[in-house]
Amino acid sequence: MFTRNAMAVSVLYLLTAQIVMADDNPQLGENVSQADLVVVDYTIMPNGEGLPDGSGTAAEGAKVYQDNCLACHGAGGKDGLNDVLVGGHGSLTTDRPQKTVGSYWPYATTLFDYVHRAMPYQAPGSLSDDDVYAVTAYILYLNDVVDENEQLDADTLPDVRMPNRDNFVWAYSPD
Amino acid sequence: MADRDAGPAAGNGLLDRRFFLKAGAASGAALLSAQACSADRPPWMRVPGAPMSESGAPSEHEAHLQRTAIGSQPGTTGAGASRTPLELLDGIITPSRLHFERHHSGIPAIDPEEHRLVIHGLVERPLSFSLAALSRYQTISRIQFLECSGNSGASLSAEPVQRSCSQIHGLVSASEWGGVPLSVLLQETGIKPEGKWIVAAGADAAMMSRSVPLDKVLDDAIIALYQNGERLRPANGYPMRLFLPGWEGNMSVKWLRTIKVVDQPAMTKDETSKYSDLQDDGVAKLFTFPMGVKSVITSPSHGLQMGASGIYQISGIAWTGAGKIKRVEVSADGGKSWADAALDEHVMSKCLTRFRSAWRWDGGPAVILSRATDEAGNIQPTRDVVLDGRANGAFYHYNGIQAWQVRSNGEVNNVYA
Repeated sequence: MFTRNAMAVSVLYLLTAQIVMADDNPQLGENVSQADLVVVDYTIMPNGEGLPDGSGTAAEGAKVYQDNCLACHGAGGKDGLNDVLVGGHGSLTTDRPQKTVGSYWPYATTLFDYVHRAMPYQAPGSLSDDDVYAVTAYILYLNDVVDENEQLDADTLPDVRMPNRDNFVWAYSPD
Repeated sequence: MADRDAGPAAGNGLLDRRFFLKAGAASGAALLSAQACSADRPPWMRVPGAPMSESGAPSEHEAHLQRTAIGSQPGTTGAGASRTPLELLDGIITPSRLHFERHHSGIPAIDPEEHRLVIHGLVERPLSFSLAALSRYQTISRIQFLECSGNSGASLSAEPVQRSCSQIHGLVSASEWGGVPLSVLLQETGIKPEGKWIVAAGADAAMMSRSVPLDKVLDDAIIALYQNGERLRPANGYPMRLFLPGWEGNMSVKWLRTIKVVDQPAMTKDETSKYSDLQDDGVAKLFTFPMGVKSVITSPSHGLQMGASGIYQISGIAWTGAGKIKRVEVSADGGKSWADAALDEHVMSKCLTRFRSAWRWDGGPAVILSRATDEAGNIQPTRDVVLDGRANGAFYHYNGIQAWQVRSNGEVNNVYA
């Protein structure tokens, strides 16, 4: 799949290059140092690429959750004002599908990525990386995905198997 | 009134699409003679008018022309949407102040001097671009629609909700978008052979991020700097946004800050947990990018009151992520018969197209519909077809036919037909 895609992209790239001549480009991009890239790059891939150092467990994450998440997401990740994070297992084929982290999300890395970049809503970026690992572990623990004392870090998080992982298909074909 | 030979085109009073063209000459002459006979002046013709000003505003009589159905997640003010008042607009350009909004953590107050777009990842040279730098590149501009893939979600309701056209369908707008082709910037950074996707992220507090296949990026993606001739409005990504013609709006990341070239999608929250389409068998589709062929009658529609029986214009908008709208058909008898609507002159790719039909309303109950066909041959489906196979509540990419019921008292209701 990706081999053919690479060919398609190469062809497109050549076509594009023909349309926009090199002479038309003022070449004003400035070089970026590796140090500056680290600051702006929050991308975390499903294989774990981009995950920062640090670690945490659900046991540690319970307090992080109480302090930062409870007001919007409710005790135990349920019955909050905003998105339900826990439960809904087995509900996706019923008349009332409940798409939670545990019942729906295909990748554990996505949970870390989202908390890391966007949560808590009122103060994104205020949690340490250890706290993000810990609260990620706590939400996964509430969904019976990891054990209470399982340590999540850059090595272990990508290996966490989400329950609904196999129930996604790609509608987009790179060809 | 001149004799008009434009006969009926379909049932229940739908007239030939050339009706208004034929009627124009006669009514224009009548208007001129009435003005010439006017003896007195209205108040605004007796004194000089208001002075020039640095920035314009709509007439005070149009104060109702505002975005509608503004809602945000509980406990937030900037995690939600506002909608374009479609039924109060004509033509295809959405005034910038009325462009719909969908934000995930409010509108950031970005200092354009400090803002940078950084392109990195699987590139030969990671580069940073200031607004001043991008402003020196050759720009292109195109008039195109932007639609949130959650648009029209209210149409999932088991019973038709009695809301206005904008409250149901107002997460679509069209603008002239001007900016720098992203392919030009990627030519400058170079792309390593393993690069297949980009991950675009914004400078909002949520750093909203989406993965986009590189072939789309190289095809027609731009870094938009301008909207309808002026710099982007803050609510539309000032000072720069990604713009991906025809694809679900969420991917056109506003306040664009980073583009990372990668070998696979990042599976961000907004492409897995959200903006994915759950089917009734429990399997969900990822990456349903293009917006489907769609149309909606904006007038008459719910909230607009019909007057006496007689000639009316049925008008609406049609669009498709697949290219140009080829045809819009209108029915005034609940879909039993259809007639081609007239399309306004400007039929552009991945843009709104305005359609119009003349209708002789007999004052009785009538159900009016529109159905669009695009140049790829896609025909707008019925609601039943759209919902077939979907999980309950799966609302993204709803493009079903909208039906409005005109009642004898002139009210217009949302119905399923």
